[in-house]
Amino acid sequence: MTDTKSILVIGGSSDIGHATALRYAKEGWRVTLAARDLEAAQRNADDIRTRSGVETSVQALDLLQAGQLAGFVAGLSTLPDTVVCVVGELGDQLRAQTDPELATTIMRTNFEAPSLLLEQFAQAFGARGYGTIVGVSSVAGDRGRASNYYYGAAKAGFSQFLSGLRNRLALAGKVRVVTVKPGFVRTKMTAHMKLPAPLTVEPDRVAEDIYRADVTRPRDVIYVARRFRLVMTIICALPEPIFKRMRI
Amino acid sequence: MASDPGEVGLSGWGNYPRVPTELLAPRTPAGARDLLLGRSGVVARGAGRAYGDAAVGTHSTISSRGLNRMRSFDAATAQLTVEAGVTIADILAAFEPRGFFLKVVPGTKFVTVGGAIAADVHGKNHHRDGGFGTIVESFRLALPGGEIVSCSRSENAALFAATLGGMGLTGMILDATLRLLPIETAWLRQDTRVAGNLDAAIDQLENNASTTYSVAWIDCLARGAALGRSLVYLAEHASRRDRELLGPDLEPFPSRRTARLSVPELFPGWLLNRASMRAFNELYFRRGAAQQGRPRLVHWDPYFFPLDAIADWNRVYGRRGFVQYQCVIPLDRARRVLADILDLVSRRGDASFLAVLKQLGDASGLISFPRRGYTLTMDFPVTDTLFAFLDQLDALVVDAGGRLYLAKDARQSRATFESGYPGLAALRDIRQQTGASTRLVSHLSARLGI
Ligand SMILES: Cc1cc2nc3c(=O)[nH]c(=O)nc-3n(C[C@H](O)[C@H](O)[C@H](O)COP(=O)(O)OP(=O)(O)OC[C@H]3O[C@@H](n4cnc5c(N)ncnc54)[C@H](O)[C@@H]3O)c2cc1C
Ligand SMILES: NC(=O)c1ccc[n+]([C@@H]2O[C@H](COP(=O)([O-])OP(=O)(O)OC[C@H]3O[C@@H](n4cnc5c(N)ncnc54)[C@H](OP(=O)(O)O)[C@@H]3O)[C@@H](O)[C@H]2O)c1
Repeated sequence: MTDTKSILVIGGSSDIGHATALRYAKEGWRVTLAARDLEAAQRNADDIRTRSGVETSVQALDLLQAGQLAGFVAGLSTLPDTVVCVVGELGDQLRAQTDPELATTIMRTNFEAPSLLLEQFAQAFGARGYGTIVGVSSVAGDRGRASNYYYGAAKAGFSQFLSGLRNRLALAGKVRVVTVKPGFVRTKMTAHMKLPAPLTVEPDRVAEDIYRADVTRPRDVIYVARRFRLVMTIICALPEPIFKRMRI
Repeated sequence: MASDPGEVGLSGWGNYPRVPTELLAPRTPAGARDLLLGRSGVVARGAGRAYGDAAVGTHSTISSRGLNRMRSFDAATAQLTVEAGVTIADILAAFEPRGFFLKVVPGTKFVTVGGAIAADVHGKNHHRDGGFGTIVESFRLALPGGEIVSCSRSENAALFAATLGGMGLTGMILDATLRLLPIETAWLRQDTRVAGNLDAAIDQLENNASTTYSVAWIDCLARGAALGRSLVYLAEHASRRDRELLGPDLEPFPSRRTARLSVPELFPGWLLNRASMRAFNELYFRRGAAQQGRPRLVHWDPYFFPLDAIADWNRVYGRRGFVQYQCVIPLDRARRVLADILDLVSRRGDASFLAVLKQLGDASGLISFPRRGYTLTMDFPVTDTLFAFLDQLDALVVDAGGRLYLAKDARQSRATFESGYPGLAALRDIRQQTGASTRLVSHLSARLGI
């Protein structure tokens, strides 16, 4: 079939990346998973192929290796219809406060590297005339908090980057940009944390919402769970003199 | 690798007993093996659908839920390789639309492949097709020393047989290769028979032993001459032709949504009180009688997994929990002994309103539960007098040369257990050789001295 669509997931070793790729595969999309941990990506790719019967492949990519980032898109054998970037690192906030190297890694992983990579896709998709770019940011980027402000600040940067990119591409043509802001998701990243059950979702909820926002019910910015939009609106509306004394 | 470690209170599906254990949740097979290595008083846990204390380690419990990836499928041989935490529901969701089923399934699809192997679970076709072990080609087992070994009928065959039905006491299954069953439609062609008492029910099962699936639902409220009054359900996978004849407007493989709309065949009787129950059982039997002799199509989901339609039904028994009692009685003694058991149960009056009667064939694992005979299953809420009563039933089972199912057990005595499982000595030997005796210890194995 020549008209089979394809998706490329950057961060294909993650639970959210796995679930998202599987969701598309169930609709017959071909899947490529890019990751720095190829063994983990292969395990996910095998799972997706076995469950859905679609073709899958994996590709090595460490976003913090400049040599691997530059020219990544130019080096792809086929350009996907949709690219989803789920790369991120929560990091240890307390340690980051005294360890500039860690702070730098957190900021680069969540903001700098994904942005540089997605710019490459914006250009390639633009030249081709279509495509969807999905960036997984976080509600943590909506307001800086004591508990994770390196991560939050970087996600804020990434959200703004996606917003600007969407603005540019909307003026130019058919390339779409979707910003995804998950709240709490049960994954490897949060496995050590106690998450508030009513606000916590499984990775396949995020996957479902991404698929919908891309394919069936186009959206620019989505919150997962949806009620986080309200939660964040309230948090963002709190006056700074009050907010700065809060522990949330 | 591990996540969420920490002491929690854990129990089986019956919520009895609830005991503290360190719950570990590895994310990969390699991670599971690393957690096993160097721990004592540890056992694997799947979906926690065993009723009693089998899946709780005396010190630590390693969950297989993160081992939930499928690995490969070969359509030519119908061989599927999956990690041990993949559930039967996962497999059916992925492969039923492609025309494949599992030849052996238990009464709930929410069990893991690891748990199904470890209990060598049986379906409604055990008398004909054997247990879950018969569809297992091979698996990889992590031994307590950290070694990972491949087991099949030709490789490490002794360990293979000890692990089938071995209740997690030989090692942790990491992944397994199963053979799927091709099907032509998602439907079963079901025949209903009414049996006026226990003898008639056993006659029905015996006379239809060549039918693939058979099961009798016994009305536990019936007494005297009607003791053991049952509806006997006989079924085959419906062929394309069956579907054309019996359900011309049904799709061969309906979407899950439509499938879910069909009403479960079995109403969850024990959710009702005794008064409404008598009326319900009456209705249930009349409806069954009306269907007698008229085969009809039933979708696989309500047919095999009627209880799955009700989430968390085990909670209705409250905090003290419940015990499921399942015994098997050898063929030659079955009629007498099962009648005696049913009589005691109906006099006591607090068992579930329905009991399940099935035929079993020969065992495949060293301490697998099935053996040729009839198996009876029913639920009892935990009360102060329950265990003394069940000891009475045990005495009848032991006297008849029968045994109790470890996946359901939470309370039998060592003597009862030992008399029922002649393969025990060989299992103990293997546990000795691999270092499992002192390392792999569940509450069940500690209680029964396995
Ligand atoms: C509604 C209902 C209906 C049922 N119907 C049937 C039936 O018809 N026939 C039948 O045979 N059973 C039946 N059962 C029992 C059930 O099929 C078994 O108890 C099965 O073992 C449960 O699998 P699990 O994944 O939940 O395992 P758990 O309950 O978590 O564990 C069961 C045993 O398997 C071991 N185990 C689990 N995973 C592994 C692993 N990866 N490696 C090694 N050992 C492991 C555990 O140590 C434990 O001993 C039923 C249960 C319910 C709740
Ligand atoms: N879980 C939540 O509650 C939550 C909430 C809001 C937002 N998010 C966001 O959702 C996304 C997915 O997270 P997750 O929860 O699924 O956790 P995760 O498994 O930790 O996902 C992070 C992914 O980023 C990859 N990655 C990190 N640095 C990389 C690098 N230099 N090069 C290539 N890949 C790199 C990781 O690869 P490795 O596997 O090799 O580490 C992993 O695949 C992240 O962006 C996260 O910030 C998550």
